[in-house]
Amino acid sequence: MRFRRLWAILKARNLEFFRDKSAFGWNFIFPFLLVGGFGIIFGGKSYIEYKIGVFPAESQQVSMAALDIPQPFKELRHLKFIGFPNAAEGLKKLKHHRIDFLIKAGQGPHQYWVSDSSPKGYVVEQMFIASLIPPENEPNAEKKEIKGSAIRYIDWLFPGILAMNMMFSALWGVGYVVVRYRKNGVLKRLKVTPLTAFEYITAQAISRIFLLMFTLAVVWTGCDLIFSFVVQGSYFSLFIVFFLGSLSLTSLGLVLASRGTSEEFTTGVLNFISWPMMFLSEVWFSLEGAPQWVKTFANIFPLTHMLTAARKVMHEGAGLIQIGPEIAILSLTTLGCLVLGAVLFSWNR
Amino acid sequence: MDLILEVKNLVKHYGKVVAVDDVSFALEKGVCFGLLGPNGAGKTTTIEVIEDVILPTSGEIFYKESPRTPSFREEVGIQFQSTALLNFLTVRETLQTFKSFFKQTGPIEELVELCRLGEFLDQYNDKISGGQRQRFLLALALINRPELLFLDEPSTGLDPQARRNLWDLIQNIKAAGKTIILTTHYMEEAQFLCDEVAIMDYGKIIVQGTPDALIRQHSRGTTVVMPKNRFIFKKDGFPLTVRTVKNNVEIKTEDVNQCLEQLIAHGVDLSDMTVRSPNLETVFLNLTGRQLRE
Repeated sequence: MRFRRLWAILKARNLEFFRDKSAFGWNFIFPFLLVGGFGIIFGGKSYIEYKIGVFPAESQQVSMAALDIPQPFKELRHLKFIGFPNAAEGLKKLKHHRIDFLIKAGQGPHQYWVSDSSPKGYVVEQMFIASLIPPENEPNAEKKEIKGSAIRYIDWLFPGILAMNMMFSALWGVGYVVVRYRKNGVLKRLKVTPLTAFEYITAQAISRIFLLMFTLAVVWTGCDLIFSFVVQGSYFSLFIVFFLGSLSLTSLGLVLASRGTSEEFTTGVLNFISWPMMFLSEVWFSLEGAPQWVKTFANIFPLTHMLTAARKVMHEGAGLIQIGPEIAILSLTTLGCLVLGAVLFSWNR
Repeated sequence: MDLILEVKNLVKHYGKVVAVDDVSFALEKGVCFGLLGPNGAGKTTTIEVIEDVILPTSGEIFYKESPRTPSFREEVGIQFQSTALLNFLTVRETLQTFKSFFKQTGPIEELVELCRLGEFLDQYNDKISGGQRQRFLLALALINRPELLFLDEPSTGLDPQARRNLWDLIQNIKAAGKTIILTTHYMEEAQFLCDEVAIMDYGKIIVQGTPDALIRQHSRGTTVVMPKNRFIFKKDGFPLTVRTVKNNVEIKTEDVNQCLEQLIAHGVDLSDMTVRSPNLETVFLNLTGRQLRE
């Protein structure tokens, strides 16, 4: 391997990335938009989880003061009350799951409607029944506060969005780009120079990892200035996790890029891999309580281990020893994919 | 004989299709060798096997009388029929990138001057014209000062000025002692540039030799052409065979003097007459036929 050749192709790839203004901008703007958007949606007390229809009402906007329903129910957080002129209008919306619960305003006995097939409807029903319990019959339960600094939803979500962005960037930025270069003959032209496949692959991987870490640093700094994320562990451990994560995802991208000249087929394969990985690696929601086979299946994705380790460091203060299993899995995935990618790689097929 | 390249019994199959069928030839240092043939004749496959882009089914290739080694790529220059280049790089940056791949290279300025790249050196690869692009690709092929240069249809798609310009460049490269293998559809190009040509059809070399020798051997005679409306005899008994082609008449003869004497003797007006000497195109069409190939 000659460093001069590797450096030349690495530099060329980086210039391409930084000069492609639209792709460059999107790599930074996309995670900012996601984090910002979810911060606004889930961050404040105005977040709406359940929609309650009330009738009769003159308009959709109902006056909370004038709303004649049980006071404890009215005071619950994360509910939005929507007015309907009559029961028929409300039922139509309930039937189509546009609202979760429908109640007739007025003094008791109260009348309400709920869809049997709506999980949210069931929860609202239980809340409504509980709100009717007189204060003298307080439930036999004691509220305990979580000790230490609370982890907001945005704190939980943030590493997921960063990791998801890294995944898309690694898979598409390597997989798709290399296949495009194979199709249009750039790789064929490089093949007839002394540049070796190993040098080319290594340069692609280093370039992408550099770009991923650079993007991560910029997005992290920007988002942290706005949201002040909780990091209980060390930044060094976090860096190791994201570095190994990007390495394993880039290596996976190289396997996908090793063969093929059809951009359409590659797009299909990339979607086939990236979408399940996004949904099952706990980017958006926890798999806690999901069937065991789903959790086991999710473990095949490097993103799952990267996110588990990142959240352990950020939210539990875990050190490198505590995240040892994830580090080992990410390292092995990287090694396996790099070897497979190098063996399968073809310049022109 | 100082051979730079020798190809022995080269065969390339794609499934049941025989793209190259037992091709052999040898090149001395410093020659310009043209590989001609209709579309699908196997020219590009032949040179791509020699370039080590694709593997042969069988056959042997010797570079400087030995099998090719990894250093082969250090010593040859290649210009493909169509090549895309790295995006968002200027011509200068692309030259520098390719320069870094090789051990032996010359100064970029030398190539800029030789291939006349100065006016678009700082433009992006994809923002240059067709003629500029071909000169740039030629410069890339020359970046390692190759001893053997492969040019696969270098002038396809160029306008006449750009084509002439490229020919001048290739002449200069020839004058510098490089060995060139050229594939082309343009017989005029082959006749102008090549010291030796081989005509391929259906994967085989059907004839090989210098352009003059091939013309002498495969296309004897001269054609006298004149408009049909001028071809009016003042007396009967014209002894030569006359063929009508569209609005002209053509007389094929091996003795132009005798033909002209007969035309004058029969009182034919020679004002718009042209005399067409045989060329490589005549040889090509005689050997490969006139039917359309795709």
